[in-house]
Amino acid sequence: MTAPVLEAVARADLLRRCRSAVDAGARMQMAYAWFPDGPRNPEVRYVVYAGTREPLQVWRCRPGPQTLPSLAAITPLLSWYEREISDLCGLQFEDQPQPDPLVLLPGATLSTPPLVPGVNAALSYAAAPSTLPEMGGSTRDDVQSLPFGPVRADVLESAQFNFYYLGEAILHYHPQLFFKHRGMEKRFEGLTPELGAVLAERVSGVGSVAHALAYCRALEAAAGCEVPPRAQWLRVLLAELERMYNHLHYLGHLCHTTTLKVGEAEGKYLEELAKQINCRAVGSRLLRGLVSPGGLRREPQLTGLAAQLDRLRIEFARYGLMLEASTTHLDRLITTGVLSRKLAFDQGATGPVERASGLDRDLRRDQPYAAYRELPLKVAVREAGDAHARQQLRIAEVENSIELMLELLQRLPGGALSTQCRPSSGSEGLGWSESPRGSLYYAVHIDEAGRLARVKIKSPSFSNWRVFPFTVHDSNMMDYAINEASFGLTIAGCDR
Amino acid sequence: MPLWTLYGLRQGKASTRWPASGDDGQSGTLGMPHFDPAKCQEGCRRCADACLPGAITVTGAAHGTRVAVDYGRCVTCQMCVEVCPTNAFTASGDWAFGVRRREELIWAHAAATNDAQALKGQIHRVFGRSLHVRHVDAGSCNGCESELQALNNPFYNLHRLGVFFTASPRFADLLLVTGPVTYGLRGPLLEAYEAMPDPKFVMAVGTCAVSGGTNGGGYACGNGLDGVVPVDVYLPGCPPNPAAIIHALLMLLERAPQRVHGGKIAAGDNGA
Repeated sequence: MTAPVLEAVARADLLRRCRSAVDAGARMQMAYAWFPDGPRNPEVRYVVYAGTREPLQVWRCRPGPQTLPSLAAITPLLSWYEREISDLCGLQFEDQPQPDPLVLLPGATLSTPPLVPGVNAALSYAAAPSTLPEMGGSTRDDVQSLPFGPVRADVLESAQFNFYYLGEAILHYHPQLFFKHRGMEKRFEGLTPELGAVLAERVSGVGSVAHALAYCRALEAAAGCEVPPRAQWLRVLLAELERMYNHLHYLGHLCHTTTLKVGEAEGKYLEELAKQINCRAVGSRLLRGLVSPGGLRREPQLTGLAAQLDRLRIEFARYGLMLEASTTHLDRLITTGVLSRKLAFDQGATGPVERASGLDRDLRRDQPYAAYRELPLKVAVREAGDAHARQQLRIAEVENSIELMLELLQRLPGGALSTQCRPSSGSEGLGWSESPRGSLYYAVHIDEAGRLARVKIKSPSFSNWRVFPFTVHDSNMMDYAINEASFGLTIAGCDR
Repeated sequence: MPLWTLYGLRQGKASTRWPASGDDGQSGTLGMPHFDPAKCQEGCRRCADACLPGAITVTGAAHGTRVAVDYGRCVTCQMCVEVCPTNAFTASGDWAFGVRRREELIWAHAAATNDAQALKGQIHRVFGRSLHVRHVDAGSCNGCESELQALNNPFYNLHRLGVFFTASPRFADLLLVTGPVTYGLRGPLLEAYEAMPDPKFVMAVGTCAVSGGTNGGGYACGNGLDGVVPVDVYLPGCPPNPAAIIHALLMLLERAPQRVHGGKIAAGDNGA
């Protein structure tokens, strides 16, 4: 892994630097604030993806008297990060096109910004409906509004989806997320690095490995330690097992939305088999409790794993072919929820969603980590950008994952599982992983006592939830559930 | 167009018959660690320092320290097992941790006497053959949802036991809650509870809903269901696996016995 390049950018230079980076084809990955010199002196960090296999850039920028110029007009995906910084760190952005709270629900106020170190913020809340005045009112009494949620039918995560519609046609869609905001980033404050790994696994349950991996890699970068090869290889195995059961779930769930009943049952059955494989190998169906700073906590049980994966590979090959030959199913997917390549890039789509829209980006290959550089990794890309392309992409990724794991198990090196990881006081690190849903970043800052001072989590669903509404506006109600299932979004990761 | 129905028929039955007989599907699970205080070293507090959710607490001075273990806070991370120098904590496969009273999750020398249930027999008579469940996510990490969704896959096939998820709280007998209860979801949770007809039950699924776990507290979160809605069954686990959820559901219906008393499963209780 190539270390990110850290540089200070003057406040006056920020707009110009951002514009020239974006013009040169760079994509801003995330922004966050932290407080290196006390509660009155925040610093904003911008993580910039300059290009494939070029090191990431990290810009540090000191705001003037609590404000920075907004970069949302140049690169719209930064808008959500700026609004989150305003909500949780109390910093304002000049000319922010949408200066409303993002992470705080309508009707919620905080006594003080909670991510300022050492403060105990109190939150008061009187529920208020989320409204879009321009969509309703007496002049538009033909537009119906449907607030759906936060408690929705079936076993689903909580969020409120607001539809403004005419008959079957959706005019506008606004997902009110962040009902599940738990203040996870604050919770890392003051923890030891080892306990932070336990917490990172519990930010987004179905991304436990990806979260623990990105977190641990951030710490390992801060400590400058070298993880032993066997642990690096086994980390790839865990990450691919996670990708496999997640993709199987989304394929089964997609069949649920198109009412392909046997296809749904088979997809979810294969997911169950995958989770049972996980459980036999590591003792946890969600693959928790192995990844830790410096390597792995214990040896997984690998006996029989290759044979089990091979059986799953054969069953899945048939399942994939049948899905791709089911015309009633495909009729509902093709041209549903089209995300154009440009929109995907500009708004920050990531993972299978962006790869299904023709963007050939994958952190496993482009910013390689763990043992991905040494393994034959295939990155699938589709051009159509619709629900069908996203299905095809997941089918290809499951096949590639199993192939990769089988190869890995044959060449797995021996040796130690872990090395000491002691980040020194005041150090910092950036870690990333390509989760089943896309790029995941952890930025970690260590305090004077060697404990966690600030942990920033950029989850892939935070990116994809921003993109998703663009494929819903001006579509129709019947396609909504299919489109949502094809995106494969989690709410826990986005809300944190 | 493939013949899915024929394909399904050819595949045969995938459902387990568990708990009547057969495979529970949980082989390999690392569950709640066993605790043996006789092996504790005086003055040692490594387990408590390694326990993120605070399930293990050490009280008392250097002489006569006492270790208290609350499995209602345990997230089965196995850190205590790894740091304990004397094997006072050992890994176990125990996951059927559903209990009716919160105190039963706290480790105790003598198991509390099995309390007589006021409704004994009634629940089974009214709901024993059919239970409708409304799930509310009150701020989980999505791990519990992943396992709840698994209940309807062909392997567990929850319908075979007469338990159904329902869309409306108006049709629900049981409110099944996950997550530590965030500020934003406290209101919707209470509304769902109010909307249910009597008699109604509440189950706290997952360590977050039982006690807040690793994620509760702070500026945006509560500490689980206690003090929010009355709870009939507590099921810790991070997440509880599908078989543990099935066991807790059957326990509520008095179709399965409670296995945990005083924070442990009695020796010889193999759950069959």
